[in-house]
Amino acid sequence: MLSLIEGWLKKAALDVQEYVRLVKATFGGVFTRPFYTHDVVEQFDLIGWGSLTVVLLAGLFTGMALASQSGLTLDQFGATPVVGRLVSASMIKELGPVLTALMLTGRIGSGIAAELGSMAVTDQINALRALGTDPLRKLVVPRVLAGIFMAPALTVVSDFIGILGGWVIARYQLQVSSSLYWASVTKGLYMDDVWMGLSKPFVFGFLISTIACHVGLRTRGGTAGVGRSTTISVVAGSVAVIAGDFFVTQIFIGFIY
Amino acid sequence: MATELAPSAKEILAEPGAPVIVFDHVQLAFDEKVVLRDLTFTLIKGHTKIILGASGSGKSTALKIIVGLWKADAGVVWVNGQRVDQLSERGLMEVRSDLGMIFQEGALFDSLTVRENVGYKLYEETNLPLAEIDGRVKEVLGFIGLAEHIDKMPSELSGGQRRRVAIARAICFRPSIMLYDEATTGLDPITASTVNDEMIKLRDLENVSSIIVTHQLRDAFYVAEHMAVRDAAGAVSIVPATAAKEREAEFIMIRDGLIIFEGEADALRRSDDPYIKEFLS
Repeated sequence: MLSLIEGWLKKAALDVQEYVRLVKATFGGVFTRPFYTHDVVEQFDLIGWGSLTVVLLAGLFTGMALASQSGLTLDQFGATPVVGRLVSASMIKELGPVLTALMLTGRIGSGIAAELGSMAVTDQINALRALGTDPLRKLVVPRVLAGIFMAPALTVVSDFIGILGGWVIARYQLQVSSSLYWASVTKGLYMDDVWMGLSKPFVFGFLISTIACHVGLRTRGGTAGVGRSTTISVVAGSVAVIAGDFFVTQIFIGFIY
Repeated sequence: MATELAPSAKEILAEPGAPVIVFDHVQLAFDEKVVLRDLTFTLIKGHTKIILGASGSGKSTALKIIVGLWKADAGVVWVNGQRVDQLSERGLMEVRSDLGMIFQEGALFDSLTVRENVGYKLYEETNLPLAEIDGRVKEVLGFIGLAEHIDKMPSELSGGQRRRVAIARAICFRPSIMLYDEATTGLDPITASTVNDEMIKLRDLENVSSIIVTHQLRDAFYVAEHMAVRDAAGAVSIVPATAAKEREAEFIMIRDGLIIFEGEADALRRSDDPYIKEFLS
């Protein structure tokens, strides 16, 4: 039993060490040559534009459900006109960043792990190295940059579409006038909330993409290994997003608010 | 970083008979499993080393150590005058620029076309004009007889064609050393012959030094005992090798990470070692 725990701890420590090395080398790769610009552009397109539909749908239905649920409670106090304040604050500070990140974990986290995992088990990563290309610069740097910069952009879109979904429910289900709803939306927003809502996706995008790249590149064991890596990437990415959300929130509450 | 070779070293490496790859008492183990116990051999410029052995005997490991994909636990490995066992990943890039490696199953990039696969290194790692790279890609694909497949994806090719595209990718940037890891394993005899002919042509017409890792005896002896000649009209044909040419191909038999035989094809056939006899039977 003890040796099992010891083995598990050693493996975990090695994993963390390899992850930190990958992150360090990735940052080094951003600021030194060679820099594969066309791969970066391609990944921005794949991760950003490619995830737009799923993020739009998630944001829209979350905003609508949020307005609908809040409307029920607020109606008991005759406070349905402030539903916009509730929707905007919840979407921008919490639901927009977290749900967008979870959607991205499912879509790009799994995709990156599966793609790099397949390349690893078919010797394509070794072939890249043998041809004189550093796989970190060619494969990891573009994906991490796209993750870091596209997650905030998609979160802004998700926030907006969520608030718009809230307006649809407020206007047609809760019978709140449009002007009242939009006035409530802006009144309930503070710059600190916006900063928090914009900072979180940078962290989430970084976590999702680096975890997926790390797991994908360490894939062993053929197609079964690729399946395992994909699952690990989604599970670890989702947990990292939720844990990261807590820590970023604590940092903002401690230092900004 | 790779160190700049002294002019005298460069001259020595340019001479016929120069040692281009040297393995000196190389050892490697993964946890408890010892893969290479003590491997020592030298590849001479323009010659061929054929490494034979059962699966798991450490043949492919030796190739990966040469390219720097794995590091040896002990021993010294020289490639073109550079100690690859001491080089960083960045330093290895320079050594790899003169090494072409064919992986088991080809390891083609499945998201790229044949053209992009073959010209990968030139497109990505050099500043050559695109027209020049395209010309070289077409030339190499013509050399291996796959010019009409230039715009296909790897998934549209047969196993033999994929292996030949892998050869094209490895020779496109004109390396002076080729490493073949089970290049004909899993291919039918006719397709394997085509791949063998490519190896022979590269060695004899382009003066490429090669290490061939295989457990396909038929292919190994075919490459060792044939040579490529070009007639006055420029036509290339594969003919039985002369005695001098046969001496340029040496066999190495690895068993449990140790060399149990090193010598020419005839000596291998005449060996009294029971394991070798069983392996050859």
